[in-house]
Amino acid sequence: MNLLPWSIYLTMAGALLALAGGRRSAGTARWIALLTAAGTWILTLLAATRFVPGPGLQTLVDVPWIPAMGVRYHLAVDGISLTLLVLTGLASTAGVLFSWNIEERTGEFFALFLTLVAGVYGVFLSADALLFFVFYEIAIVPKYFLIAAWGSTNREYGAMKLALYSFAGSAMVLAGLLWVYACGGAHGFSFGQLTHAAATLSRPGQIVVFALVFFGFATLAGLFPLHTWAPTGHVAAPTGASMLLAGVVMKLGAYGCLRVALPLSPVAFAYWQTPIAWLAVTGIVYAGLVALMEQDLKFVIGYSSVSHMGFVMLGLAAANPRAVSGAVLQMFSHGVIAGLLFAVVGRMVYDRTHTRQLGDLRRMKLYRLVPFATTMFVIAGVASMGLPGFSGFPAELTILIGTWTAAPLWAAVATVGVLIAAAFTLRAIQLGFFGSTGPSSASATDGPGLHAGSAPHLSPITWPEKAGALLLVGATVVVGLKPDLLLDWINPALQSPLLQAVLKGGAP
Amino acid sequence: MIDAAHLWLIPALPLLAAGIGALTPRSGRRLASGAAIAAMAGAFLLSCLALQRALADPAAHLYANFTWFELGDGAVRLGWLLDPLNAFMCVMVTFVSLLIFIFSLGYMKEDANFKQFFCFLSLFAAAMLGVIVANSLLLLFISWELVGVASYLLIGFWFHKPAAAAAAKKAFLTTRIGDLGFLLGLVWLYDATGSLLLFDGGHGVLESGVLGDLATQVLASGLAVPTAISLLIFCGAAGKSGQFPLHVWLPDAMEGPTPVSALIHAATMVAAGVFLVARVFPLFAADQVLAAGPLHALTVVAAIGAITALLGAVIAVAQDDLKRVLAFSTVSQLGYMMLALGVGSWVGAIFHLLTHAFFKALLFLGAGSVIHAAHHEQDIRRLGGLSRSMRTTFVTFAVGMMALAGVPFVFSGFWSKEAILHAASEWDVSHLPFYATLIGVVLTAFYMTRLLCEVFRGAPRSPAAAHAHESPRVMTIPLAVLAIGAVALGFLGTPVWPWLQSRLTGTPIPARPLLEGGGLMGLSIVLVALGLGAGWALYGRRVRLTATAPDPLAAAAPRTWAFLGDRMKFDSLYAATLVRLNAFVAALADFLDRRVWGSAVGFLARFAEFTGVVNSEFDDGALNGGFNAASEDIRRTGRAYSRAQTGETHGYLRTLAIAFVALALLVLLGGVR
Repeated sequence: MNLLPWSIYLTMAGALLALAGGRRSAGTARWIALLTAAGTWILTLLAATRFVPGPGLQTLVDVPWIPAMGVRYHLAVDGISLTLLVLTGLASTAGVLFSWNIEERTGEFFALFLTLVAGVYGVFLSADALLFFVFYEIAIVPKYFLIAAWGSTNREYGAMKLALYSFAGSAMVLAGLLWVYACGGAHGFSFGQLTHAAATLSRPGQIVVFALVFFGFATLAGLFPLHTWAPTGHVAAPTGASMLLAGVVMKLGAYGCLRVALPLSPVAFAYWQTPIAWLAVTGIVYAGLVALMEQDLKFVIGYSSVSHMGFVMLGLAAANPRAVSGAVLQMFSHGVIAGLLFAVVGRMVYDRTHTRQLGDLRRMKLYRLVPFATTMFVIAGVASMGLPGFSGFPAELTILIGTWTAAPLWAAVATVGVLIAAAFTLRAIQLGFFGSTGPSSASATDGPGLHAGSAPHLSPITWPEKAGALLLVGATVVVGLKPDLLLDWINPALQSPLLQAVLKGGAP
Repeated sequence: MIDAAHLWLIPALPLLAAGIGALTPRSGRRLASGAAIAAMAGAFLLSCLALQRALADPAAHLYANFTWFELGDGAVRLGWLLDPLNAFMCVMVTFVSLLIFIFSLGYMKEDANFKQFFCFLSLFAAAMLGVIVANSLLLLFISWELVGVASYLLIGFWFHKPAAAAAAKKAFLTTRIGDLGFLLGLVWLYDATGSLLLFDGGHGVLESGVLGDLATQVLASGLAVPTAISLLIFCGAAGKSGQFPLHVWLPDAMEGPTPVSALIHAATMVAAGVFLVARVFPLFAADQVLAAGPLHALTVVAAIGAITALLGAVIAVAQDDLKRVLAFSTVSQLGYMMLALGVGSWVGAIFHLLTHAFFKALLFLGAGSVIHAAHHEQDIRRLGGLSRSMRTTFVTFAVGMMALAGVPFVFSGFWSKEAILHAASEWDVSHLPFYATLIGVVLTAFYMTRLLCEVFRGAPRSPAAAHAHESPRVMTIPLAVLAIGAVALGFLGTPVWPWLQSRLTGTPIPARPLLEGGGLMGLSIVLVALGLGAGWALYGRRVRLTATAPDPLAAAAPRTWAFLGDRMKFDSLYAATLVRLNAFVAALADFLDRRVWGSAVGFLARFAEFTGVVNSEFDDGALNGGFNAASEDIRRTGRAYSRAQTGETHGYLRTLAIAFVALALLVLLGGVR
C-alpha cells in the first residue's frame, strides 16, 4: 500500500527533470512529463488493485512535522481519495498529451504542470488539515503562472481573477482552521482533533467557523455565486491547464468541503445545509442558462462545468450516503468529461481554427474538416448531458435519488438543470460542429465552408490527441457501465465515524 | 428453450450490428446493411421463440435480475422480463424493423451516408428492444434515453437541411421535458419502495405487496403517492408518444428519411409511451383499487388521450404534406391508445398498438415509395394520378388507408378500434372520451380518403409526379408483406375469438357474439361510411385539376383552414411564450454574470481595500517592526505580481495580504471567539 506517497515525490521529481530536460529540447521535456504522469497514474492503479476498502483513512506515512503545533506529516487514503487519485493520474496523463504542442518554454510549462499535479496528489493524500492546506497552496500557485504565461484570451485578467478567488478562499479556510485550533484548544490538525476542538466552541462560533472553511473550499469548487473565476479562468488557460482546472482543481474544493468542512461541525452543518443546497441548485440552473447564451464555445463548457459541479455540491449538501457517494462519483465523472470537452475545444479546434466563436465555427462546418474532433465532442456532449452509458448518468442519478430523500424540491429543481444541459450541449454541437440550427441559419449556407476548395485546411489530428481522447472516453464509458468499480471503494469510506456524524441515513 | 436470462440477446444482436456499422469504413455499405438485416432477422427468430415460451404459460412473469451497482445503503438492480406483453411487442418490433430495414436498402441507395444510416437504425432497434425486455424501470429508462438519442441522430440524418437539424433538436428537447418527469417519478418510486424492479419475487413495484404499501401513502394535498408517481411517469410517456401538449415535435420529425418516419415515428418509438403505461398498468391503477384520492392517474391519461385523439384528427384534415397528414394521424391514433389505457383497457391499447404498427408502417413506407418515385415531392397538391404508374404502391397504400380508417370486418384497424370504442363506451367516469373517439372515427375516414384521392387519382399535377414509376422490388415486397399483416392481424382479437386478449392477460376472456355490442358496432360502421362518403364527395368525385387550385374546404372556410393548416398555432404559441421566456431568463442570467456579480466582487474588493488601508494605518502605529517587515514583504510580492497587471490588482493583493495578516493576528491573539 505504500506506493501512493510516491505519487507526490515522483511527480515533484518529474517536475524538476522536465525543467532540466527543457534546457536540452522541448521533446525531452514532453517525454519526461508524459512518463511521469503516466507512470504515476499506473502507480495509483497498482495501489488501487491492492486497496482493501474499509471505513476510515488507512495511514500510509505518519511522522511529526511541526511538533510545537502538533502538525504531522500524515498521509492516508480511503476509497474517496483513491477515486480522486486515480482521476488525477488520468487527467494529468491526458493533460500532458494535449499539451504536446507547447513549443514555448516547454520545460517550464511541464515543470509547473507537474508541480500542480503533485500538489493535487498531496491534497488527496493528506490526513492532517494543515498539511492538506500546504498542498492546497502548492496546487494553486502554478495555476496562476500556467495561465498568465501560456494562456489565451484575456489571460492576465483570467489568471489574476482565479488567483485572487483562490487565495481569498484559502485565506478563509486557513482562518477557520486556525480559529478552531487556537480557540478550541486542539493539540494537532488531524481531522478528528479539529472536530473535537470545534465541538467546544459556542454554537455561533461553530457556525462562523464552518462557513469560513466550507465556503472557502466551495469557492474553488465553483459554488454559485463564488463561481465567476471558473469560466474566465478556464477560457484563459492553455488546454492542458484547463483540463487540470476543471478536471481536478475544482475537485480539490469539493474534496475539501467533504473531507475537512463537513465533519468539522455537525451542528453548524445543520444550520448551513439548506442555504448550501439552494446555492448548489441555483448554480446548476443558472450556469446552464448562461451557457445557453454564450457565443464562445469554451465559455459554454466553462459554465457547464459550474453547472455540473453544482450537482457535486448538491450531493454533499443532501448529506446522506447515497447523495454523497453520487457526489464523489460525479467528481470523477465531471473530471473526465470536462477534461475531454476542454481538450476538444481548446486543442483540437482552437489551436487549428484560432477561433472559438460559434458564429465563426458555424461557417466552417467542422464535421467535414476534423471528423475525429467532431465525434469526440459529440460523445463528450452526450456524456455531459447525463445520458446512460456514460459516467454522468449513474452519478447524477445517485445524487438525485439521495437528494430526493433529503428534500424532493431540491431534486426537482436540479432536474430542470438536466434539461438545460441537454439544450446548451445540443446547441454547442450543432452550431460549433455542424453549422446548422434551424431556419435562421440561411446565411450560413453562404459561408466559406460550403464552397469546395475554399474550406480552410486544418492540420490532421495528431497521435497524442487521439490517445488522450480515447483514454478519457474509455474512462467515462467504463465507469458509466460499471460504476461499481468506484462505488465499491467509495461506499465503505462513507462509513467512517467522522462522516457518519454528519451523514444521516438515507434508508427509508 | 429460451428463458428470461437469455432475453438480453434480443437487443444485443442489433447493438452488435450497430457496433459493426460504426467500425466499418464508409465504403462498407454491404457489410453494414448486411449485419443490420441479419441481426434483425436473428432478433426476430429469438423473439418468436420467446413468444412461444411466454405463451406456454401466459399468466407467468419470467424474469432474471442482477445488481448494477451498490448505492450507499441499497443496490440498484436491473433485469430482463419475459411475459406475453413483452413477447408480442418484441415480435412486432423486430418484424416491422426487418421489413423497414429491407425497404431502406432501396430507399437510401443513393445516400452517401448509407452505412451510417444502418448503424443508427440498428442502434435504435437495440434501444427500443431494451425498453421492451426490461424488468426494471431504470433499465427501461436507460434504453428509453438511448431511443431518444438514436431518434435524434435519425431525424437529423440529413443535417445539412436546417429544418432537419432543428427538428432533431426540437424532438430531443421536447421529449426530454417529459423524460424529466419520468426520471423524477423513478427517483420518487425508488425512495418510496427501495426498488425499481417490476417483478422481484414479491418485492417488485408491480407486485401487490409493494403496491399495497405504496397506496396507503398520501401526500398533504390528498393525492395518493402512486397517483403522483404515475403522473410523473406519464409525463415521459406523453413526451415520447406525442400526446398533447408535447405533441409538437412529432410532425416536425418528418424531416427525417421516410423509413425513419415509418419505423420510429409510426410503429415503434412513439408507441413506447403506450407500452410504458401498459407495462406499469398496475401502478397506474393502484390508486383506483387501493386508495381514494381527489384524482386518479388513469383519468388524466384518458383525458389527455381523448384530447390528443381529437386534436390530431382535426389538424390532419388540413395538412397538404403527405407525411404530415400521416404524422398527425399518428398523433391521433396514439391518443386513441392512451385513451384506451385511461379507461382501463390496456389490452385494447396494445391490440391497437400492434395493428397500428403494421398499417401505419405500411402507409409511411407507401408514402416513401411515392416520394422516392416523385423525386422527393411530398406536397399532395403537386402529386396525383399515381394509381396508374405505381400499381403495387397504390393497392397496398389503399389497404393501409382502409385499415386506418377502420373499414369494417376485413381490416385490422376496424377490430382494434372497435375494442377501444367498446371500452370507452363502458367507462363510468365520463362519456366525453367516447364522444371524442366517435368524432375521431369520422375525421380519420375523411382525411384518409382525401389523402388517397389527392395522391393517386386524377392526373399528375407536376412533372415529378408525371415521371413517377413503380419502386424496385426491394421496396414493394415489404409493402405487400405489411399489407397482409394490416389485414390479418385484426382476426387475432375479434370479439368472437379474443385470442390475443386472453393471451395478454393470461386469463381466458369469454367470447361475446358480434351482435351483442351490435348497436355500437353499427354506429361505428355508419360513422366510417360517413367519413368515407364525405371524403369521396369532396375530393374523389371532383378531382383537383391544378396544384394551385384551392382546397374545397379552404374555399368554404379559409380562416379555419389556415388555423388548422398552421397546426392550431401550437408552435407559434410555444415560440411566443415558453421559448421567449427561456430566452429572457437565460439573457438575464448572462447579464447577471457579466455585470452584476462582476461589479459586486469589484465593490467588495474596494471595500476590503478601504478596510485594509484603515487597518494598515492602525498596524503601523500599533504593532512592532517584525510584523511590519512581514507585511512589507508580502506587499513587495504584490507589487511584483502587479507589474504584469493592471493597476487595480495591486490594490487587491495588498488588501488581501493585509487583511490576511490582520485576521491571523486577531485569531492568534485570541481576540475573537
